[in-house]
Order: sequence, then structure tokens, then C-alpha cells
Amino acid sequence: MPAGSPAPGRMPGDRIDALFAAAEARHAKKRRVVAALLRWLVYVGALLTALVLLFLVGYILANGVPYLTPSLFEWEYNSDNVSLMPALVNTLVMAALTLLMAVPIGVGSAIYLVEYAPRGNRFVQLVRITAETLQGIPSIIYGLFGMLFFVTALRWNLSLMAGACTLAIMVLPVIMRTTEEALLAVPDSYREGGFGLGAGRLRTVFRCVMPSAIPGILGGVILALGRCVGEVAALIFTAGSIAQVPDFVGGLASGGLAGLGAEFFDSTRTLAVHMYVLSSEALHVNETYATAVVLLVVVVLLNLMATFAAKKMNKGSKHD
Amino acid sequence: MSRIHVKEGLARALFVAAAGISILAVALICVFLFANGIPAMAQIGLPDFLFGTTWRPANDIYGIFPMIIGSIYVTAGALVVGVPTGLLCAIFLSRFASGRVARALKPGVELLAGIPSVVYGFFGLVIIVPFIRDNMAGRGASLLAAAVLLGIMILPTIITVAQSALDAVPRKYYEGALALGADHERSVFRVIVPAAASGITAGIVLGVGRAIGETMAVIMVAGNQPVIPGSIFEGVRTMTANIVLEMGYAADLHRGALIATGVVLFVFILLITTLFNAVKKRGEVK
Repeated sequence: MPAGSPAPGRMPGDRIDALFAAAEARHAKKRRVVAALLRWLVYVGALLTALVLLFLVGYILANGVPYLTPSLFEWEYNSDNVSLMPALVNTLVMAALTLLMAVPIGVGSAIYLVEYAPRGNRFVQLVRITAETLQGIPSIIYGLFGMLFFVTALRWNLSLMAGACTLAIMVLPVIMRTTEEALLAVPDSYREGGFGLGAGRLRTVFRCVMPSAIPGILGGVILALGRCVGEVAALIFTAGSIAQVPDFVGGLASGGLAGLGAEFFDSTRTLAVHMYVLSSEALHVNETYATAVVLLVVVVLLNLMATFAAKKMNKGSKHD
Repeated sequence: MSRIHVKEGLARALFVAAAGISILAVALICVFLFANGIPAMAQIGLPDFLFGTTWRPANDIYGIFPMIIGSIYVTAGALVVGVPTGLLCAIFLSRFASGRVARALKPGVELLAGIPSVVYGFFGLVIIVPFIRDNMAGRGASLLAAAVLLGIMILPTIITVAQSALDAVPRKYYEGALALGADHERSVFRVIVPAAASGITAGIVLGVGRAIGETMAVIMVAGNQPVIPGSIFEGVRTMTANIVLEMGYAADLHRGALIATGVVLFVFILLITTLFNAVKKRGEVK
């Protein structure tokens, strides 16, 4: 056999190789197509999310900013200026009152769960289960409960106080959970240090553990604040929708701090409720946009603060 | 020495009391809801209340079946819109995005989570509802509008939970898949996503809870007719909407029936919370 001519037996082998190569190429091509498709799907999902956000915020800003007129911020509300000022002040008062109740209770519970409670304790399990339940309850149920308990059973009527108490229960699990996470992130060596220096448990918690957990707790408080600011369903049947600031100044003037009291049982309208009322009246569409802008600005500010707090928290734990 | 003991004991008692507040709150919520809702249910008759298809308070007919179905439809619609988008976005953030893109998108998702539901509702009212009315069918305020809006609203929940589940998958899974010859996309979709399945499911369940409990945004776009919708372009009323729409002027049995609607919603939420915990626990055991 001359070396140049191929052996008769090798032809099929070559053909099989060629077939294999072709099949492999087809397969590889199919896989490349599938991969590209999946990649594009993922990009589309992310793009859609970004576009929705940009469109929503952009549309509201574009339609609302031109109507941020001075009359919208006049001290007294009337049906001509539809001023959001009373609602804005009420929101601040309501949020402050809510946090005044929810933060000590939430932080206290978290301290108990992390620093004091024996593991596997029945009471602890029950606290955890109930906190998780509270977290899942929708705001309208809180609203119903607040109406039945604070407004009707305790006879507080539609009031600032009834609204704030309802909100306090609503944001309690948020503060508990974030505080718990913040406390758990503090290394045990801090506690051992405290005990080693002869401090009691209380002193150890407040002097050694809490300082480095503060940014995390603050993050939770800001999250809770955000929920207070945006809440409507829990408030319309507990705090009502009177667009006036309770007469705190008058109360203070008449009897100092002791003169305050009755004002907390006045019906009040927060900014989010104000916006809902405006939008369902459908008489002041432009002012509704403007109110939405103010709400968005508040939310963005809170988000920035939360991010800042989280950054601080991370920086703190990196040093350990 | 003893003064410190007193102080310590007092502090401990205070912390225990604080922890007890959540138990007290859940107990109070249950007692007040059930005490006010169950008598009305009994008076109407439980089967008539749950499965009656007519809601006509003027004639003392209280069947909330259309609202139960409405809540389920709207929630299912929200999942159809929100889960694919949210999951893909989470996969993007976790495995595809460059550091800079992720740093830009992440705050956006957080902002989406922080936007109040009235603002969403208003957006739906001025954008989604007219769009459906002008380009599709019906009056715009419809099941479809509510589903799309709620789908957007549950996005941040699903993205956040799914992303943290995806981020938690050990690096060696991905590297193992690459070593077996899979490309990046294949490794992500065939290895990492299945490994994060229980976390992703937990996120979806959380989204269901948020969608079924959402009130104000739904009221503003859903049309609120208390009948079972025949198509996605017809109006729908959820349980949450039922409560808010009529509570303002309801009295006697009507008021009781609305509170009883709240009780049914509450039971739904309890079931979802239990499901969520079961899914989460399964993920932890693995």
C-alpha cells in the first residue's frame, strides 16, 4: 500500500469524527444561544425594575414639582389652598409619639431576648412567635384593632393618641428584629470584657454592647419611621382625617406642660392620609402630585439616613 | 452590693415586661377581632358568609365569597407580574451585575420598598388605569390594574429576600459547576438557583402576604365591584378594600360583617405566616 492513499478501513472513522464534530458544534451553538437568552432575560428583569422606579419617581416629580407653591405650605388648611402643612406637622408629631412608645419597648424586648433570656425558654419562644406574627399582619388589621380597642373600648375616639398607639404596635416587630440583629452582631468578647472588669449585666449591656449596636438600632428606627410616614390603612379608622394641627400651643399657653393632654385626643390627618383624601376627592389633582412629591422626598431622606447608618454599622463590625 | 442587685433585678423585670408586650398585643388583637367578628359570622351563618356570592348590606345580605376570590385573583396576578421580574432582578444583582451597577440598583430597590402605598396607588390611578382603559378594554380600574400595581409593589420584597438567598449559596457550588464544563448562565440557573430555592420560596410567600394585605393602593385601582370578575378587565373588590370602603358608615350587623371580613383576612395571614416559617425552617435544616 502506498503511503499517500488512505487505508480503506479509515474512511468511516473519519466520517464518524466529522459527524461528532458537527453534532458538537450544533450542541455548543445551542448552548450558546440558551446562555445568551438567559443572560438577556436576567438583564430585562433588572432593566424593568429600574425603569419602573425611574418612571414612577420621574412622572410624579415632573407633575408635582411645578405645583409646590407657597400656598401649599400655609399654616392653616382650607379647601382652597389644600395646604399640606397641618398634615406634615401631624405626621411629625404622630411619628415622634409612636417611636417614643415603640423604641423603648422594642429595644427592651430585644435586649431581653439576646442578653438575658435563657436559650430554649418557653417565654422566649412565645415572644418570637408573636413578634413574627405581628410582622406579618397587614396594616388594615391593625387599623381594625385600633378602632375596636383604642377608639371604641378605651373611648379615645378618633385621635392622635389612638393612631400613635396603633402604629406603635405595628412598628414594634421592626424595631425588635433590627435591634436583635444589631445586638447579635456584637462579638461576645465585648461582653466578656465587661464581665471580666466586674461590671454587672446591666452595665455590660449598656456600656459595652449597646454602643456598637447603635447604628443598627438606628437603622431599624428609621425603617419604622418610614412605615409611620407612609401609613394610611391603620390610621383612617384610628386617627381620622381632620386636617388641623391640635392646638398644642394653646394648651401650653393655658397651663404649661400640665395644660397639654386633651390635644392628644384630637383627630388628626397625617401626610399620607391627606394624600389619600385628596386623591379620592379628585378635585385637586395637581396638589395631589405635589403632596406625593413631598412624601417621596421624606422617604428618600429616610432611606439615605438608613444607608448611612448601615454603612456605619458595617464599618464598626469590620474593626473586630 | 444589694443596691446593684435591686437595680439589676429591676432592669431585668423591665426587659421581661417589654418582651411581654408583643404577646399581649397579639392576644389583644385576637380577642378584639374575634369577639367582634364571630358573633356577626354566627348571625349571618358561616356558610352563607364565606360562600355567599351576594354582598348587599342594604338588604342585610353578607356573602364575602367574591371578595375572597378577589383577594386570591389579585394576589395571583401580582405573583405572575412580580415573581419573574423580581427573581430575574435578584439573579442579576447577585450574579451578573458589576459592582458599580449593583451599587446603583440596590438603593433603587430599597427606595421602591420605601415608597408609601398611597403613592403607588396614585401612580396606578393616573398611569395604569388610563392605559388599560385606552389601549385594552373595560373601564381601566380592574383586576389587571391591581395585579400589575401589586406586582410592582411586591418587587422589592422578592428581590431582597431572593438576593440574600442567592448570595448565601456557597462559592464552591458555582465553581463545581464551572469545573464540570457549564458556562456562567448554566451554572447560575441549574445549580445556584435550585440551591437557593427555599430562600426564594420564602421571599415569594412574603410577597403573597404583602399582596393579600395591601389595602389603599388596591382600592385606588381595582374598581371595587363586589362581584366575581368575569375577565381581567373587570373590576374586583378584595377583602381589604371591602373593610375600608364601608367601615366609615357601617353600623350593627353590617359593621360586624366587615370586622368578620377582617377575621377571615387575619386567618389567611396566619396561614401564610405559618407557611413562611415552615419554608424558612426547611431552608435552615438543609
